[in-house]
Amino acid sequence: MKKDRVSSSYRGFIFHLHPPKVAAASIKFNRTFGMGGMALLLFTLQLITGLLLRFAYVPTPAEAYDSILFIDQEILFGGFIRNIHYWSGIFFVIVTFLHFIRVFYSQAIFVPRRINWIIGMGLLILAILSNFTGYLLPWDQLSYWAVTVATNMLTYIPLAGEWMLSVIRGGDDVGSATLLNFYNFHTGILPIAMVLLMVWHFWKVRKAKGVAIALNEEEERVSTNPHLLLKELTIGLMLLALIFIISALFNAPLQERANPAFSPNPAKAPWYFMGIQELLLHIHPFFAFIVLPLIFFTGLIWMPYAIKEGNQGTWFHSEKGKKLAIQAAWLSLLITPLIVLLEEYVLHFEVWLPSIPKFVSEGLVPMALLLTSFGIYLGILKKRYKPTITELIIALFTVFVVSYIVLTIIGIWFRGESMKLFWPWQI
Amino acid sequence: MANIGRRNFVKRLWAALGIIAGAELLIAFSGFFSAKRKPLTSDSQKLVEAGKVSDFQMNSVFPFRSGKFFLVRLSDGGFMAVSLKCTHLGCSVIWNDEKKTFVCPCHASSFDQVGQVISPPAPRALDTYPVIIGEGKVMVDITKSVRRKQFESSQVTYA
Repeated sequence: MKKDRVSSSYRGFIFHLHPPKVAAASIKFNRTFGMGGMALLLFTLQLITGLLLRFAYVPTPAEAYDSILFIDQEILFGGFIRNIHYWSGIFFVIVTFLHFIRVFYSQAIFVPRRINWIIGMGLLILAILSNFTGYLLPWDQLSYWAVTVATNMLTYIPLAGEWMLSVIRGGDDVGSATLLNFYNFHTGILPIAMVLLMVWHFWKVRKAKGVAIALNEEEERVSTNPHLLLKELTIGLMLLALIFIISALFNAPLQERANPAFSPNPAKAPWYFMGIQELLLHIHPFFAFIVLPLIFFTGLIWMPYAIKEGNQGTWFHSEKGKKLAIQAAWLSLLITPLIVLLEEYVLHFEVWLPSIPKFVSEGLVPMALLLTSFGIYLGILKKRYKPTITELIIALFTVFVVSYIVLTIIGIWFRGESMKLFWPWQI
Repeated sequence: MANIGRRNFVKRLWAALGIIAGAELLIAFSGFFSAKRKPLTSDSQKLVEAGKVSDFQMNSVFPFRSGKFFLVRLSDGGFMAVSLKCTHLGCSVIWNDEKKTFVCPCHASSFDQVGQVISPPAPRALDTYPVIIGEGKVMVDITKSVRRKQFESSQVTYA
């Protein structure tokens, strides 16, 4: 009798999240790769470990670093818990990003999933901000300079940039006010905002009758228990095991205590901003930091409003879309490093055009070249393949994403002293 | 507008109250958020005493890292306090005595002795701090750095 009640309330909870029956096509692993669920698990892991870390961490410049040392060295399993927090944070950003890409390519962005697509992008941005605010907390050289460099990018926002910088930092430099701000956002405002958005996100998934699948796949249905639950459990436990193993083997980094007078060489932003930092080496900050991300995200929000005949749940919209996406991926994989090399050794707009302001020579000129080459590329695609607008956007999205990933990789592993190009093993 | 009905009126009243409550919360938030920004001590002039004029050789650069600046003595005897904060992304520049340049470790911007950009990505010359010379002593006012586009002779202080 009692056991029955327990299992029925458990079942009630499960069926709040999942319907009793799901489409067989929607629970195939390669439909979603389980990424949304993994993100939830990673978030939960961070919530739990984060709550523990809060007991020992002190958010002041004088004590932050020592409290991290104390966690690592004195507390039972302290280092292990911090490692879990660190690694699940990294995985969280990666998995959320991959989830975003998966949702786009499987075209699950049109009504009734349009709002959820936008909520999801909000969650992606919050995930990155969460990681970024956490980055400062150890108060070592790595975190101090990464945050200094990354927040300084704000100064290139016209008009409001300087003001935003001083509000976020709470002063001219990264200091005690910055640390307290970041701590409050990291452990309070951002997680609460994310929990709220996640509840909305999951509810919207349920309202849209689950994962987006193509119309012809809707026929066959199976029971959630055990078909879906078993898969979730398997993937969840595997991910948990992976995080634990990595956390046991590799420590979260902790460099020297932060020293505002000495920038390490090179001083790099957090890894997920390295694509932007790399871009900053090639193009004026206003374009790298404002215009390009704005084009990307407004384009993605605009897309489900502008296009009515979306092919929801079909990978890459169509076979042609898939072909164009793969082609675009190869193209950017080859061309992006080429442009980086050209920029490094051959092209020097600011030297060739010395009398013109940098905003033009390093901003408008490369930007115009970039847009022109996008235009030519889309023109060629249009002529050769006669694609629909959706297929063109898929190709363009691929160019943006793959280029950003390539730039990120170059920034992390191929930039050494003074941000010059090196091989990864030379750094 | 004239006759919106009692229920609609009450609904709108609730909505308006909700907006006001939200705004109040936002004001309270911004109050707390910016409270720390005011320095706890009085923000009077912060002067750093660098040393006697005769202590500094001509045509050389002296680091004052704790004070956030380099004291530069030009070959004509003039003094400048050049901020060590790179104008690109805010890293601390290093003085390279062989090449006579300030170099930023983050993105390889470099500046000459008076802080002018030699190589980008830095968009403008390094900031300066006002130098005050009195009774044979060099003092630097580090209350607030001074922005500038490029070097001008008016930025140099003579004994």
